[in-house]
Amino acid sequence: MSSDALAQLRQTFFEECDEQLAELESGLLQMQDGATDSETVNAVFRAVHSVKGGAGAFKLTTLVSFAHVFETALDEIRSDKLEAGPSLMKAMLRASDVLADLVSAARNGDDVDAALWRGLADEIAGFCGKEKAAPVSAAAPAGFTPEPLAFTPQPLAFTPQPMAFTPQPMALPSLTPAPAAEDAQAGGGLRILFRPRIELYEKANDAVVLLRELERLGAMRVTCDLSEVPPLDALDPHGACLGFDIRLVTDRDEQAVREVFEFCEEDCDLVIRREAAPAAEAAAAPDPAAILNALRPAPKDTPADPPAAAPAAGNPAEPQAADKTAAKPADPARAAEEAAAQRAAATPAPATIRVDLDRVDRLINLVGELVINQAMLAQAVQGADGARDPAVSGGLDELDQLTREIQESVMAIRAQPLKPLFQRMSRIVREVADATGKKVRLITDGEWTEVDKTVVERLADPLTHMIRNAIDHGLEKPADRLAAGKPEEGVVRLSAAHRSGRVVIQISDDGAGVNREKVRAIAVGKGLVAADAQLSESDIDNLIFLPGFSTTEKISAISGRGVGMDVVKRSIHALSGRIFLKSRRGQGSEFTLSLPLTLAVLDGMVVTVDGQTLVAPLSAIVETMSLDAGRLRAFGASNAVIADRDGFVPIIDTAAELGFRAHRRVEGGDKGVALLVESEGGGRSALVVDAIQDQRQVVIKSLETNYGRVPGVAAATILGDGRVALILDVDALVARARGAATEPLLAAAG
Amino acid sequence: MTQTVLTVDDSRTMRDMLRVTLEESGYRVIQAADGLLGLEALKGERPDVIVTDINMPNLDGFGFIEAVRKDGRLAGVPILVLTTESDAALKNRARAAGATGWITKPFEQTRLVDVVRRVAA
Amino acid sequence: MSDTKDAPSAAPIELVAFRIGAQEYCVDIMAVREIRGWTPATTLPHAPAFVQGVINLRGAVLPIVDLSARLGLGAAAPTERHVTIVVQIAEQVVGLLVDAVSDILTVTPDQMRVTPDVASETTRQFVKGVFAMEGRMISLIELDQVLPQDQREAA
Repeated sequence: MSSDALAQLRQTFFEECDEQLAELESGLLQMQDGATDSETVNAVFRAVHSVKGGAGAFKLTTLVSFAHVFETALDEIRSDKLEAGPSLMKAMLRASDVLADLVSAARNGDDVDAALWRGLADEIAGFCGKEKAAPVSAAAPAGFTPEPLAFTPQPLAFTPQPMAFTPQPMALPSLTPAPAAEDAQAGGGLRILFRPRIELYEKANDAVVLLRELERLGAMRVTCDLSEVPPLDALDPHGACLGFDIRLVTDRDEQAVREVFEFCEEDCDLVIRREAAPAAEAAAAPDPAAILNALRPAPKDTPADPPAAAPAAGNPAEPQAADKTAAKPADPARAAEEAAAQRAAATPAPATIRVDLDRVDRLINLVGELVINQAMLAQAVQGADGARDPAVSGGLDELDQLTREIQESVMAIRAQPLKPLFQRMSRIVREVADATGKKVRLITDGEWTEVDKTVVERLADPLTHMIRNAIDHGLEKPADRLAAGKPEEGVVRLSAAHRSGRVVIQISDDGAGVNREKVRAIAVGKGLVAADAQLSESDIDNLIFLPGFSTTEKISAISGRGVGMDVVKRSIHALSGRIFLKSRRGQGSEFTLSLPLTLAVLDGMVVTVDGQTLVAPLSAIVETMSLDAGRLRAFGASNAVIADRDGFVPIIDTAAELGFRAHRRVEGGDKGVALLVESEGGGRSALVVDAIQDQRQVVIKSLETNYGRVPGVAAATILGDGRVALILDVDALVARARGAATEPLLAAAG
Repeated sequence: MTQTVLTVDDSRTMRDMLRVTLEESGYRVIQAADGLLGLEALKGERPDVIVTDINMPNLDGFGFIEAVRKDGRLAGVPILVLTTESDAALKNRARAAGATGWITKPFEQTRLVDVVRRVAA
Repeated sequence: MSDTKDAPSAAPIELVAFRIGAQEYCVDIMAVREIRGWTPATTLPHAPAFVQGVINLRGAVLPIVDLSARLGLGAAAPTERHVTIVVQIAEQVVGLLVDAVSDILTVTPDQMRVTPDVASETTRQFVKGVFAMEGRMISLIELDQVLPQDQREAA
C-alpha cells in the first residue's frame, strides 16, 4: 500500500475515532441514567470495538491494550454477565475520557505515561472478576482425530452418463501423473485422503478450490473415489459423495498442507500422512477432464430452488448475538429489516456526504461575489433609471431574493451543530467536579443548534474556561450548599438557540453568584477602578472582564492558568460576538454569549467619514445619537464628551483617528452622528462620523491577503458601486484613541 | 475476468482498508456498512467472495451470514468473517451460521488477499 | 572568453515597458497579471504616501502603489489616463500606478547593464539594472522592494 494511501487511512481512522468516542460517551451517559436496552449497550460495545480494531491495524499497542480491557467489560455487560452498577459506570466514563486521551496521543505520536491508564485498566478488569484481562488463548484445535479410512481408490473406468447439470471444465494443467521415477523419491511424499461432507459445500467451500490450493505446494496426483456415488438418477447434485486420494510431492511440511484445509477441517474427513509414493502406479492414468467433471456439481446452474439439504443453521441452543437480530424467525432478514425500519422511524438518519472543506470555502467565496455583483447591478440599474421599467425592477427584486436565499443555503453548509462541543464540556464538568470535590450535573439544551464551523471551533476555549469557572468559583462545596438549603448537587446549564439572526449561548450555574464586595475590592486593589467610584451591581459584575483581573489569589490548576475572563471576552469579540453577565447573590450567575451565525458576512452600518465610506460592525454599536449641543461638553484641551443615559462618554474623532485629517474638537451643533460603542476593556465611547448611509449585510473581504494589517481596520468589503469600503475595527480604534495601544497595532506600526 | 468482493463492516476505517488492499490486488470491491445494507447490496450483485465483520448495528455478522445462506441464489458464494484475535467461540458460531472461513483482525494485507484468493472459485 | 553562450543567459525574456513622467521603466512580463485603466482607490488609514489605497479587482481587494512616488519621482495626480499594471509579488497581488504602457520588449539577460552611478539612492533601491535600446534607457524594476517593508510577507 502506498504511503499516501496509508496516511489517508490513518486520517480516516482518527476521524472515525472522534465519532466513536462521541457515541461512546453519549451511550455511557445513557447507561448511567438507567438505559439497559441491548441496543444502547451494543452501540457502546461496538464503539470501543471499532476503535480497538483500527488501533490494531495501525499497531497502536497502548490503545489496543486499554481498549481491550474496556471492550471485555462491555462484552460482559452486554451478555448479562456483569451488571452496570454506579461505580462501574463511573469507572467506564473515566475510561472513555482516558481512551480519548490515548487516541489523541496516538494521533500526535506522543508517548503516554502508563500511570494514566494502567490503574484504571486494572480497576475495570477487577470488575470483570479477573486480575488482569488475560489474553484470549489461541483457539484449541478442532479436536479431530483422523481415523484411517479403509477405502481403496478405484481406477476410473466408467462412461459418464449425461447429467442434469453442465460440467464446467477447469484448466488444471499440472494434474498429470508424475513420472514414476520421481515417485521413488520418498522424501517429499505426502498422502492426503480427503472426503468432504455436505457441510463443506454448504459453507461454499469447494473441493476443486482446495485441490487447486494443494497444487501450489507441489506436484500432485489425484484419484477420485466414486465408491459412494449413488446411481445417477438418485444423485443429489448438492450431496457430498466424492472422496479424494491425493499424492503430493512437496518440500513443504504437513502443517502447510493442513493449512489448506484450515477452514473446513471439521466439515470433512481428512488424513494427512507422510508416505513414499509407490514406485509404479497403475497404468490406467485417470483422465483429468473426467475427474473434474465429476468434481464440480456446478452450483451456478442449479435450479432456483434452495438446496434440499437444510443448511446447518448452528446450534439452536446458542443464544443469538443481539435481541434485535430477531433470532429465530423463519425469515431473519425480513424480521431484522422490520426492526430496523422501526428504529429508522424513531431516529431518521439524514443522508450525508463528505465534502472537502476547500470546495465549500470556494463555493462560499463565489456566492459572496454573486452577492456583490448583484448589488452592483442593482445600483447601476438604479443609476441608469432602468428601475422605471417594471420588468427590470421586478427582475432585480427576484434576483435579490434568489441571491439572498443562495447565500443562506451556502452559509448553512458550513453550519455545524454545537453537540460535539457540548459533549466536550460534559467531560470538562466531570474532571473539574472531581478535582474540586464538588458534585455537579450538566444539563444541556439546544445542542443541535447550528453555527458556522469556524465559530464552533473558536468557542471551545472560552466555553471551557467559563464552565471551569462556574464549577470552581461559582458552585459551592456540597456541605455549604446543604447549609444554604440547596441540593448537594450543583447544576450547570449550557444552552444554545437561534434568536433574531444570531446564536445565543448561555452558561449558568446555581451557585453563590458573584461576590460583589470581593470583586470590587480586588478591582480597587489592582487599580482597575477608583476606590470611591460609583458602580452599579452590573458594573461590578462586569469588572471581572477587565484585563488583569483574577479572583484567585493563588493560581489554581483548574481555572487560573493565567487566563482571565478578559481573554474570554476578547475571544468572543473576535468572533464579532458579545458577552454579558447577570448574577444574583446566593442564586447563581448566567453568562450570555451572542454570536453571529457566520464569519463571512457582517451586519454593518455604512457611514461616511471625511467623505470616505466606511462600515462599522452593527454588533459593536449600542445606539446612535445626534450631536446636540445640549449633550456635548468640552473636556480637556481638545476633547469632548457626550451624555448617554448613564453618564458621560468620551468622543472619538474617527476621521482624525484614521489619519484622514487633523484632529478637531467636536462642538454642539456640528453636522454628524455619534455612534455609541461598547468595546472590551474600554467601556463606552462615541465615534463621530459625518453621516449614516444605511444598514446592510456586507461580505467580508480580507485586506491582509494582498496588503497587510491596517490599524483601526478589521477588513474590507465591496459596496454596490464596486468600490472598496473599509470595515472598522472598533475595539482597536477605541484603544488607540485612548492611548492604550493593543499588541497587534504595535506589530503593524511602520 | 475481474472478481468482485463485497465487504461488510460498520467501521469506515476497516472498510477503507479492505477496499484499498483488495483493489490494489485487482479485485472490484463493493461495500456495505451493516448486515442489512449488505443484503441490499446483494440484491443486485453476486460477488465472488463476501467479507464481513461480526459486530455491526441493524444486522450483525451472524444474522447476515444466515440470511445469505438461506438465499439459494447465493449458494456457493464464499463468506469470510473478520474476527479479533483467535476467539474460538466466535469462529465456531460463524461457521455454524455458514461462514466459509475467517480472517483475524488486524489483518496482514497479504494474508487477506491470500485468503480471498483461496476461497474464490 | 567563450564564443558560444550558455542557454540560460541567451534565453530571451519579455518585459512590459512603461512611462513615468519622462522616464521609462519595465517589469518582467511573467509577473504581470493584467493591465487596467485607472479606478479611484479607497484610502487606507495611516498608509505611506506612495500607497494610493485599495481597489476592487473582480472581488479581490488590491493595494495600488503610486510607482512615481515610490521611486522618489514625486506623487502622481492620478487621472483617468493613468494605467494600472497588476503584478504578482510573491503571494500578493498589487497594482502599480503608471502614466502609460509603452510596449513589450524582448531582451536577453546579458543585454542588461548595471545601473548608472548618477542614479539616486532611492532609484538604486528599486532598479535591478537598465536596458539600452534604440536610444532609450529602460530601467528594470525590482518588484520585491515595491511594497512597504512591514506589509511584505516574511521571506
